[in-house]
Amino acid sequence: MDIGVPKESHDGERRVALTPETAQHIQKLGHTLRVESGAGLAASISDQAYKEAGVEVIDDTRSLYEQSDLILKVRAPGTHPTLGDEVALIKKGSALASFIWPAQNEALMSKMAEQNLTVLALDSVPRISRAQKLDALSSMANIAGYRAVVEAANHFGRFFTGQVTAAGKVPPAKVMVIGAGVAGLAAIGAAKGMGAIVRAFDTRPEVKEQVESMGAEFLELDFEEEDDAAGEGGYAKVMSKAFIDAEMALFREQAKDVDIIITTALIPGKPAPELILTDMVESMKPGSVIVDLAAEQGGNCKLTRANEVIKHGDVTLIGYTDLPSRLAAQSSQLYGTNLRHLLSDLTPEKDGVIDVNMDDEVIRGATVIKDGEITWPPPAPKLSAAPKPASASAVTPADMQKAAEETKPSMVNNLVIAVVGVVALLAIGRVAPADFMSHFTVFVLACFIGYQVIWNVTPSLHTPLMSVTNAISSVIVVGALLQVSSASGFVAFLAAIAILIASVNIAGGFLVTQRMLKMFRK
Amino acid sequence: MNQGMVTAAYIIAAILFILSLSGLSKQETARRGNVFGMAGMAIAILATVFGTDVTDYGWLIVMMVIGGSIGAFLASRVQMTQMPELVAILHSLVGMAAVLVGFASYLDPDSHLEGAAGTIHNVEVYLGILIGALTFTGSVVAFGKLNGKIGSSPLMLPNRHLLNIGIGVACLILLFIFLGAGKGAGTFILVIMTLLAFAFGVHMVMAIGGADMPVVISMLNSYSGWAAAATGFMLSNDLLIVVGALVGSSGAILSYIMCRAMNRKFFSVIMGGFGTAPAAADGDSDEVQGEAVAITADEVAQLCKDAESVVIVPGYGMAVAHAQHPVSELTTQLRKAGVDVKFAIHPVAGRMPGHMNVLLAEANVPYDLVLEMDEINDDLGDVDVVIVIGANDIVNPSALDNPNSPIAGMPVIEVWNAKQVIVSKRGMATGYAGVENPLFFKDNTRMLFGDAKDSVNAVLGGL
Repeated sequence: MDIGVPKESHDGERRVALTPETAQHIQKLGHTLRVESGAGLAASISDQAYKEAGVEVIDDTRSLYEQSDLILKVRAPGTHPTLGDEVALIKKGSALASFIWPAQNEALMSKMAEQNLTVLALDSVPRISRAQKLDALSSMANIAGYRAVVEAANHFGRFFTGQVTAAGKVPPAKVMVIGAGVAGLAAIGAAKGMGAIVRAFDTRPEVKEQVESMGAEFLELDFEEEDDAAGEGGYAKVMSKAFIDAEMALFREQAKDVDIIITTALIPGKPAPELILTDMVESMKPGSVIVDLAAEQGGNCKLTRANEVIKHGDVTLIGYTDLPSRLAAQSSQLYGTNLRHLLSDLTPEKDGVIDVNMDDEVIRGATVIKDGEITWPPPAPKLSAAPKPASASAVTPADMQKAAEETKPSMVNNLVIAVVGVVALLAIGRVAPADFMSHFTVFVLACFIGYQVIWNVTPSLHTPLMSVTNAISSVIVVGALLQVSSASGFVAFLAAIAILIASVNIAGGFLVTQRMLKMFRK
Repeated sequence: MNQGMVTAAYIIAAILFILSLSGLSKQETARRGNVFGMAGMAIAILATVFGTDVTDYGWLIVMMVIGGSIGAFLASRVQMTQMPELVAILHSLVGMAAVLVGFASYLDPDSHLEGAAGTIHNVEVYLGILIGALTFTGSVVAFGKLNGKIGSSPLMLPNRHLLNIGIGVACLILLFIFLGAGKGAGTFILVIMTLLAFAFGVHMVMAIGGADMPVVISMLNSYSGWAAAATGFMLSNDLLIVVGALVGSSGAILSYIMCRAMNRKFFSVIMGGFGTAPAAADGDSDEVQGEAVAITADEVAQLCKDAESVVIVPGYGMAVAHAQHPVSELTTQLRKAGVDVKFAIHPVAGRMPGHMNVLLAEANVPYDLVLEMDEINDDLGDVDVVIVIGANDIVNPSALDNPNSPIAGMPVIEVWNAKQVIVSKRGMATGYAGVENPLFFKDNTRMLFGDAKDSVNAVLGGL
């Protein structure tokens, strides 16, 4: 299939949907790749690098779109600075894979449906463990969280880490992260790595463990919520009034204490919840910084303005919405890899033919328009990561009881076996001639010796032991040796054959054991 | 040599055999143990040959020389990965020898035992042939299964338990007819019984799945011992009785140890049908969801380089791919780089007890790096990277947490406790037990697909 990667037209967008590395993988799936000239420049990827990876570089945007059956993009189609509407550029009946945000972009969706497109939205990939490798939201959020800390540090007038120097003591910065999703956790990690004291809050109590694993303190509310805060698909949901009150009280208290607040609270398909009120901002220490990762959805703080850095009193509010784009090389690489995984799911035969298999849960979720028909929203995904009821532990008590019941009969059984054994021995002794009994004595004693000798054998020696016992068991040759001189020719013949095969075993068994044992060394 | 001296020599041989077995129970004394075994065998044979009963040396020497050369040739040519097959086929020889000696003893015109002694002798002959015959065909089938000539999945005949019982009862009835019969009719009955026992041996081993092969091999080992002991009774030879009992009981105990390692009852292994047991009443509890995430050899190399400790868990796949040498090389390189490398061996990894240890030893992996499952299981939580090479059922977490699993309760190497697990495997196929393995879908598991040898070599290239 002919795949085209245009230069991103959105103002300030530095990312690109294809890197030379992912290009090589995609070509192995049987696809042909074209990229618009200069598409990767902002992410430090030259046209030459694409050419070296076997990608054709096209100068004319329009002809790139015309030659492509599938367009890979980062941002949803918008308005091209010179060519106008990007949706109109896409060939009718072809396909597009990019971020779409179908819930917020209804007009775009219907426009694309009219063009009879098939659209795969990277933001609509279901959050199941199998789809993690193509979860572009997570990979972008990870970068955003990291970059948020870098931006905050840039605007914060002091160290993150505490130091005691000859010129005086430097207190460590205190950072509060609200929302411990992927971005929040990345921010915690980055801030912690720079030496700050990090606290984090999330409405979902089950993330406490993750927060603590990153080395941050998990702030808890003095409040009991009846329902679990995890909504469908592992995202947070809207909380009750009482909960929000308790939450606000916590933030109000924290705002006075911390130097940096990073908010990442988002509820899918809804405006961002307002968490940091104006009075909280004003109560912060001079020089404090707030980074609002939800600025694009209205912001967790009403004062932030999207794409701007503003000052409210002595507090800096950062509302960049293009944080991943600010680490363009890194985010292009991760996004490109997400796209490559999507393509390899779409091209199961590796023959360059794309199969939008709507029975596949992941592809079904990502496909928001199929052949001009809007298929969004998908049916609710089943969470494969959800813990199953612990059936094993439910069984245990019953098992233990059963085991306890079994112990007693087995003691009785042993006694019965012992009695039967003694009786059987006496019975044999009664009828058997003395000659047999003396042999039998030898036999029983030898059994016990075998038991004693073998019981503590090192497991690593099981094979040599078996091979040597096998060789020893060919002592049966002694029987054959005794018979080979028989007067009867047939008996002598049988004995001779027995000697032959037993000899094979003697030589083979001992020598192979010897070979094996030679190899064991310390 | 008079009879007294022969007996004295037999006593010495018996003691040497006991010392041999006890020597084999420890690494330090193992080689000495084998030498004792050889010495014992040599004394036993020489004492017999120079004893009063042997007069005809022509056949004897020719046969021993031919047989010995074949055996030595086999032993020097066999590859360590084919060890289980070799041991199985050698067992069959002992079984066949017991059958032949049994017939020879019955037909021997020199024996004139009457009354109770005669009856007992006949019973001994009968038992010796019976055990020998089923050891023979059982071992041959086990050889075929290990060799891949016969499919390893258990053969499930309808009413197989009834069939077994039927053969058993038939053998018992034939025994009583045999005891009452004269020499001519007796021979005929012995032949019928031998054929029945042959069929029984085939059926018994056919019904046992590939995963239980270590138990089968060691069980057949035990049978070959009992056959020797029965022969000893029939010939009134104490040396044969002692050695047969030693081998028989040691094989039985080894089988028991194996079964305990798999948390399975010896009886149910023998009755067969492990791999095909109906998995669970409610099917969906077995359904494993999720997707295995692949990893490249270079990434594995990087992970290993960055790790402080690496544990390698080999399985039958390593043996099949002959990957033990690259694995050994990998170990050497990582150890040079300061990484702590250990091996974790499951008691039933491979197709015979201790199979993995032999392969690793062949590849010059120092044996003090090779740990047993119990020695290492508790420490796996501190391990950075676990590399599972061609193993499946022995690292299956459902043995512990899914009571419906066919392998429920079998102790396994708990590799998933490590920080990162790499599974080198040809594909997503199930292991011999035929059960899905949820390990492959765990978050900290990465799959390195491909032939074990190629994969390990590729990792080596990445180092």
